[in-house]
Amino acid sequence: MTDNELIWRIAGGSGDGIDSTSQNFAKALMRSGLNVFTHRHYPSRIRGGHTYVEIRAAEDEVKSRGDGYNCLLALGDSFARNPQENAYYGNEETKPLTENLDELREGGIIVYDAGLLDAEEEIPDFQERVEENDWHVFDIDLRGMAKEHGREVMRNTAGVGVTAALLDMDLEHIEDLMEDAMGGDILEQNLQILQDAYDHVKDEYEFEHDLRVPTGDHEEEQVLLSGSNAIAYGALDEGCRFISGYPMTPWTDVFTIMSQNLPKFGGISEQVEDEIAAAALAVGASHAGVKSMSGSSGGGFALMSEPLGLAEMTETPIVLVEAMRAGPSTGMPTKPEQGDLEHVLYSSQGDSNRVVFAPGTVAEAYDQTRMAFKMAYDYQIPAIVIFDQKLSGENTNLDASFFDREPNPDPGSVLTEEEIAEAAHDASGKFHRFQHETDNGVSPRSLPGQKGGRYLATGNEHNPPGHISEDPENRVFQMDRRMQKLESIREELNEEHDSQQTYHGPDDADYGIITWGSQQGAVEEAVDRLNDSGYSVKSVGVSDMMPYPEAEMTEFLESVDEALVVEMNATAQFRGLTQKELGLYGDKMTSLLKYNGNPFEPAEIVQGFQSQIDEGGQDLATGTRIEPAAGD
Amino acid sequence: MSAFNAIGDDREIDRDEYTPGLEPQPTWCPGCGDFGVLKALKQALPEVGRTPDETLVCTGIGCSGKLNSYLDTYGFHTIHGRSLPVARAAKLANPGVEVIAAGGDGDGYGIGGNHFMHTARENHDMTYIVFNNEIFGLTKGQTSPTSPKGHKSKTQPSGSAKSPIRPLSLSLTSGASYVARTAAVNPNQAKEIIAEAIEHDGFAHIDFLTQCPTWNKDAKQYVPYVDIQDSDDYDHDVTDRREAAEMMHETEDLLYEGTVLTGRYYVDEDRPSYQEEKQAIGEMPEEPLAERYFDDSYEWERSADLLERHK
Ligand SMILES: Cc1ncc(C[n+]2csc(CCOP(=O)(O)OP(=O)(O)O)c2C)c(N)n1
Ligand code: SF4
Repeated sequence: MTDNELIWRIAGGSGDGIDSTSQNFAKALMRSGLNVFTHRHYPSRIRGGHTYVEIRAAEDEVKSRGDGYNCLLALGDSFARNPQENAYYGNEETKPLTENLDELREGGIIVYDAGLLDAEEEIPDFQERVEENDWHVFDIDLRGMAKEHGREVMRNTAGVGVTAALLDMDLEHIEDLMEDAMGGDILEQNLQILQDAYDHVKDEYEFEHDLRVPTGDHEEEQVLLSGSNAIAYGALDEGCRFISGYPMTPWTDVFTIMSQNLPKFGGISEQVEDEIAAAALAVGASHAGVKSMSGSSGGGFALMSEPLGLAEMTETPIVLVEAMRAGPSTGMPTKPEQGDLEHVLYSSQGDSNRVVFAPGTVAEAYDQTRMAFKMAYDYQIPAIVIFDQKLSGENTNLDASFFDREPNPDPGSVLTEEEIAEAAHDASGKFHRFQHETDNGVSPRSLPGQKGGRYLATGNEHNPPGHISEDPENRVFQMDRRMQKLESIREELNEEHDSQQTYHGPDDADYGIITWGSQQGAVEEAVDRLNDSGYSVKSVGVSDMMPYPEAEMTEFLESVDEALVVEMNATAQFRGLTQKELGLYGDKMTSLLKYNGNPFEPAEIVQGFQSQIDEGGQDLATGTRIEPAAGD
Repeated sequence: MSAFNAIGDDREIDRDEYTPGLEPQPTWCPGCGDFGVLKALKQALPEVGRTPDETLVCTGIGCSGKLNSYLDTYGFHTIHGRSLPVARAAKLANPGVEVIAAGGDGDGYGIGGNHFMHTARENHDMTYIVFNNEIFGLTKGQTSPTSPKGHKSKTQPSGSAKSPIRPLSLSLTSGASYVARTAAVNPNQAKEIIAEAIEHDGFAHIDFLTQCPTWNKDAKQYVPYVDIQDSDDYDHDVTDRREAAEMMHETEDLLYEGTVLTGRYYVDEDRPSYQEEKQAIGEMPEEPLAERYFDDSYEWERSADLLERHK
């Protein structure tokens, strides 16, 4: 943690412009030289309800949302109004002040719209709490300011002007971004409101608070983007030109980004009738020679298990994305969880093989999507990128040059017509698509329309030219060959590429924290804090779910006395996987679990670690839970 | 140089080219109507000039789904009900490939019903042959979506309480631009209709009546058929939706009474195929996508070009 950080929260109802306002504010902070991290909290409804976006900004790297926040901009009602009926949607009890105060840090700032909210009326003990916590309150008629030069909805601009003034922040970047986003009268009005709000605060108020916007400097140009963006861009750079999908939160983000870009890139996007079709289309396009992907969230992915198995058996490369949200069933559509790991690893019938990567950061989302395509197409196997609602929606800054990579249009193990002519065929001219004798299990394919490459792809067990076969000897050969591919992938990942696991903290630490996917940043922050306060801890964020990094994890677990496994689900799925894969260390790993719909904050991990190490695993008061180690 | 030289090869094609030499002999029962489809398809393909290497036959699961096992073309034997989504994506990926999908009535009108409706609606340029034997064959004779009301089977021992679906009408209302019915007992018409369907530029649906002597001896469809195009009693304009719809209803009622009417029911040459629609709105490239991966001179765009809006 850094002491000099701003965590700005803008709260209101869905439809209050929270998303766009916060996106611009985050970019402005990034452009001023800071590192930023955004966290989005929203209910599963279209209008109204309690929504907020938090932006954490600091000179140092920021890896998580942090703990609590220090500046609140409470916009309008947390429930939206229907202008026609002058009626309210939703629950009038949830208001932006009441809902947000619990996490506001001591000494923090509150800006609220006095034109719409009455703090005293909304919260009877407001004054007491303010005094207790040494909060600095600015009740300002944002709505009035907005109305004066434009329309009531522009009150978010007034709010931004007010907080900028309070934090001593330059308006320049905010103005530039507004100019990019709008024009004409609307732009003029917004600029006017922004300046007025800024001047009003500077002229009328005395500042007693210490919080100021931090300063920082980037060595090179930055970009701000989300995990979903990174997955989509990774796919595009890897030559993916076909996507098929059906909307489901939070997968919809990747699908939307791809659909908006693919046509411009000469590719095809298809929104189809259901998720079975979506994955089956990806199989069909890939069979015909186009690098393709599909994806969904838990419930939709359940439907995809059929085509997933077909892709496995017919050795058709595809990449699927699984964007997790809290389950079972439709669960909590807008809340993150890491509860679909086992679903993704084992769905579909038979002894199944697939590649599964779980990126831990926005940058890893890009890299591992590319790696998933590479493995899928080189080895003719389905590859899945699993992530969650948190990583999907959070934005972080990266060097723009990070994306300056070569595209990889290589379709993998596909033969040219010349190569097909030389390859084995049976007496009737059918190409031996599914060969037995290959060293890495990969039997190169032909594409429909190529001369001399005819074969049958089938989900039934089959012989080399693809004919359905229940011959026991062939079955064993084919099965072993398909399974060999996973071993070859494991070897390639170990030997030819940098590890996809992310290590943090001193090598010789006594204790370890193991996590996977989106919790990596919060864990790393917790590790730093623990080391600062005298513990000896390191962490690993695991990304390879299948094939599992046996050697690396054995080494890690051997090197520590005890390890805490941090994951966002109730049944310790990743710890289970680790024990299954390694067959050992059951008594060395304790789980710290959270499944209330909110991701871990670093302080909760610190607390969980201390509780386990110092007190032998007392149950915790917060939304987290300790699941004790199991015997081997 | 193209990576797909088989596409557009205009040499004379011998019918035998579609018959695999060494490969499995059909496992279909003697007298099965499925032989009729296989034969008609083998005759139609050379007639329309499509070579085995440029043809992809996607099937579902069932006795019918074995079609491409006995046909020497590219084949994809998919999963139960899913031949259409696989087939239509293959067509979008490489429009030069002749794509034919096939499966049973359970496969296509039951488990795959949703895909049927949507593929017809989108009017993909492909041919879809449904082997309609009014029964589940491969799983040993259960009632299917086209079995008549009252049909008894081991899973519906008191007789089905459901009326059969109306595949021709369903196809028309969903948006297919070519709808025909033919029968295995009528090889000449079957061949002609398949050839026409392949040449049709849009979604061509053929409800192909195939007898299943093993599980469905009572089906009325064994009786001699009437070709509506040849008969003076039936006269309708195949390009007129309303007339087509009326004829379909009549046919679908009569089938269960023992009068089998076959022929073309609806032909719309004007409706653009899905591919044309997508190209018109700029959401599909003119060149086959699959070719691009083999084109060394193609400049691949990168995500770095998209970063402006993230700065
Ligand atoms: C998901 C799934 N459900 C059930 C089956 C079992 N199954 C195989 S074929 C079939 C019915 C086939 O009937 P139909 O489509 O009419 O084809 P026919 O065998 O009559 O040609 C069924 C239910 C399966 N393979 N997959
Ligand atoms: S069971 Fe019926 S449909 Fe299947 S092969 Fe035999 S006759 Fe044909």
